[in-house]
Amino acid sequence: MALLDIDHLRVSFRTEGGTVQAVDDVSFSLEPGEILGIVGESGSGKSVTAMTIMGLTRSPNASFAGRITLTGPDGATTDLLAASNHQLESIRGARVAMIFQDPMTALNPVHRVGDQIAEQIRAHEPVGKRAATARAVDLLRRVGIPRPDERARSFPHEFSGGMRQRVMIAMTLSCSPQVLIADEPTTALDVTIQAQILAEIEDLRAETGVGVLLITHDLGVIAEVADRVAVMYAGRVVEQGDLRTMFTDPLHPYTWGLLGSVPRIDKDRPGRLPTIPGAPPSLQNTPKGCHFAPRCPHRFERCGEVPPLEAADATAPGHLDRCWLALDTKRKVRIVNGTIGLPAASPAGADTAGVR
Amino acid sequence: MIRFVVRRAASALGVLVAVSILTFLIFAAIPNGNPALRLAGRTASPQDIAAVTKAYGFNKPIYVQYAKTMQQVFTGQIQSYTQHVTVMSQIKRGLPATVSLAIGATVLWLVVAIILGLAAALRAGSATDTSITVLGFAGISAPSFVVGAILLYLFAFKTHLFPNGGYVGITSGVGTWFHHMVLPWISLAVLYIGIYSQVLRSTVVETLSEDFVRTARAKGLSRRRILTGHVLRTSLIPLVSLWGLDFAGVVGGGAILVETVFNLHGVGQYVQQSVSALDVPPILVTVLFGAIFVVLLSALVDVIYAALDPRIRLAA
Repeated sequence: MALLDIDHLRVSFRTEGGTVQAVDDVSFSLEPGEILGIVGESGSGKSVTAMTIMGLTRSPNASFAGRITLTGPDGATTDLLAASNHQLESIRGARVAMIFQDPMTALNPVHRVGDQIAEQIRAHEPVGKRAATARAVDLLRRVGIPRPDERARSFPHEFSGGMRQRVMIAMTLSCSPQVLIADEPTTALDVTIQAQILAEIEDLRAETGVGVLLITHDLGVIAEVADRVAVMYAGRVVEQGDLRTMFTDPLHPYTWGLLGSVPRIDKDRPGRLPTIPGAPPSLQNTPKGCHFAPRCPHRFERCGEVPPLEAADATAPGHLDRCWLALDTKRKVRIVNGTIGLPAASPAGADTAGVR
Repeated sequence: MIRFVVRRAASALGVLVAVSILTFLIFAAIPNGNPALRLAGRTASPQDIAAVTKAYGFNKPIYVQYAKTMQQVFTGQIQSYTQHVTVMSQIKRGLPATVSLAIGATVLWLVVAIILGLAAALRAGSATDTSITVLGFAGISAPSFVVGAILLYLFAFKTHLFPNGGYVGITSGVGTWFHHMVLPWISLAVLYIGIYSQVLRSTVVETLSEDFVRTARAKGLSRRRILTGHVLRTSLIPLVSLWGLDFAGVVGGGAILVETVFNLHGVGQYVQQSVSALDVPPILVTVLFGAIFVVLLSALVDVIYAALDPRIRLAA
C-alpha cells in the first residue's frame, strides 16, 4: 500500500457563475521517500488537489468524491476525505505538512517565528512551552538558519524570502511528518535561493524518508528533484511517469507543448520561444471529452470522448497518459523542428491516420 | 522610546495651543457674544455694562484677552461668567460621572461589538450575518438621545426597573452606582457597537483569507486557537485607533447628549449648560480638557499598535 493514495478524486465548487470542476478524476500515489512532481499551469487543479489532501478546501460550497488514503507507519489507513474535522486537525501538521508558495505572507507577521514553530509542536504533542521553543531552535539550525536561538525570537519581516521559506520548512518538519506537500515552494524566490531550498527538500527526503508532493509550474524544478512526474491540465492528470521517461518519451500533446516552450541553452534559438496556442478552458464550462482538445493541433473526432488514463506502451506500465492518439503516431508527430513540441498550427488530417 | 515621548509631547502642545486659539476666536466672533451683557445682568444700565466691560478687560485687544484668559486657565483660577465658581471645581465635580459613563460604556461596546463582529464574520453570508449587519446599522442610525429617551420611558417611567436618571457616586455603594449607570451605558454604547461590529466583521473576513491563516490551519491548530491567536489579534488593529478617539471623546466630555438625557451632571452636561449660556471660560477649558484626552489616547493607541504589530515601531 502506498503512503498516500489519491483515488478518483473529484473536487467541485459551487459559485455564483455555476459549478467549477476544479479537480476532475485525479488518481496518483506517493511512496515513502519519493518526490512526486505535479506540474501544470494556473487553474490546472494542482493546488486544489494539494489543499484537498490537507482538508483545506472544505467549505459549504465544495463537494468531493473519491478517496484519499493515508497509510500510517503501523499500516492503519485513514481516508482523509471522510475524516472528521477533528481527526484532520490531528493529522495536519503532524502526519501531513505543507509548505506554501509565498513565504512573505504564509507566516503570521505578528508572532515570533520560534513561537510559530513551537505552537505547531504544542498543538500535537504534550510538551511545555520551553521544550517546544528549544525544539524550534534545533529545527531552525537544521534548516541552515545562522544563530538560530537568536533568530527564533525574530519576527517574519526580519527575514529574507529564502530564510522565511527555511522557517516554513522547519515548521513543517517539527512533528516529523510522513508526507510533505510543497506547493510552489520556490516560485517566489530568487533562482540561487530556489536551488538551496530544493537541495534542502532533497536532503530531508533522504534523511527522514518523507514522501514529498512537489507542486510547481516550473519544469526546471521538476527536472532537478522529482523522481516521478504527473502533468495536470484543466483538473485532470494527463500524463504520469518517471522523470526520465517524461522528458525523453512524453506521450501527451500537452506535455509536448510544455517541453517545447522551455527555453534551451543547448540548442540554437529558433526565434520566438514556442507557446501553446489558446488558453486553458474555464473550469465552469470544460469541453466535453479531452480537455486539451480545443488547443491541440493533433485533435480528431474521437477527442470528443474522455480518454482514459492508461499505459500506451505495454512495456512501460508505469507511464500513463490520457490521449486517443496511437503510440506510433505520438512518437512521430511530437517532433517539431528536430525537438519535442507542438506545431504552431494543425497539420490537418496528418495524424488522424493511426489512432489508439 | 524617549524620542517618541518627546515628539508626542511637542505635537500635543501644538495641538492644544491651536485648539485654544480657535475656541477662543469662535466665541469672540459669534453674534451677541459680548459676555459683558450677560455678566451685567438682565436689568443692567449701559453704565453697568461699560463698567463690567472695563473690569473684565473686554475692551482690550483680542490677543491680550486671550493671553489673560490662558493665564487664568493655567493657574486654575478661571471662573465661569454665569456662576462665579472656578471651572476646575465644576469639572472636578463632573468627572466621576463622566469617567463612570466612559469606562462602563466602552467595556460594554467593545465586548458586545467583538462578539457580534466575530459571529457575523464567521458566518459571513448567513442569516446571522445579515441580522447583525441590520442591527449594526440600526444602532449607527439611532441618535443616542432618542435611544436614551426610549430606555428611560420603558425602564424608568413605565416599569421602574431603573432610576429615572441622575448620578450616584460609586462611594454610595457599587450596586446603586451600577443601577444608575446601566441605561446611560447602553444608550451610549449602541452607536459604537454598530460601528465597531461592522468594522471588525470586515477585517475578520479579510484576515480569514490571509495566507497565514491557511498556514495556521495547515499546522493542525484548532479553530479556537486560530481565531484567538491568529485572526483576532490582527483584526483588532483597526478597532484600536477608532477606540482611542471615541473613548477620549467620551471621557473628555463629548457624551453631551447622553449625559444630559440622563441628567448625570458630568463634564458633558456641563459643556451643554455652558454652551447654552454662551459661557466662554468653561467651554474653553472643557474643549482643552477633551483635546488633552484625545492627544493622550492617540499616544496610547500608538503604543498598543506597536504591541499588536511588531512591524510598527515606535521610532520617531
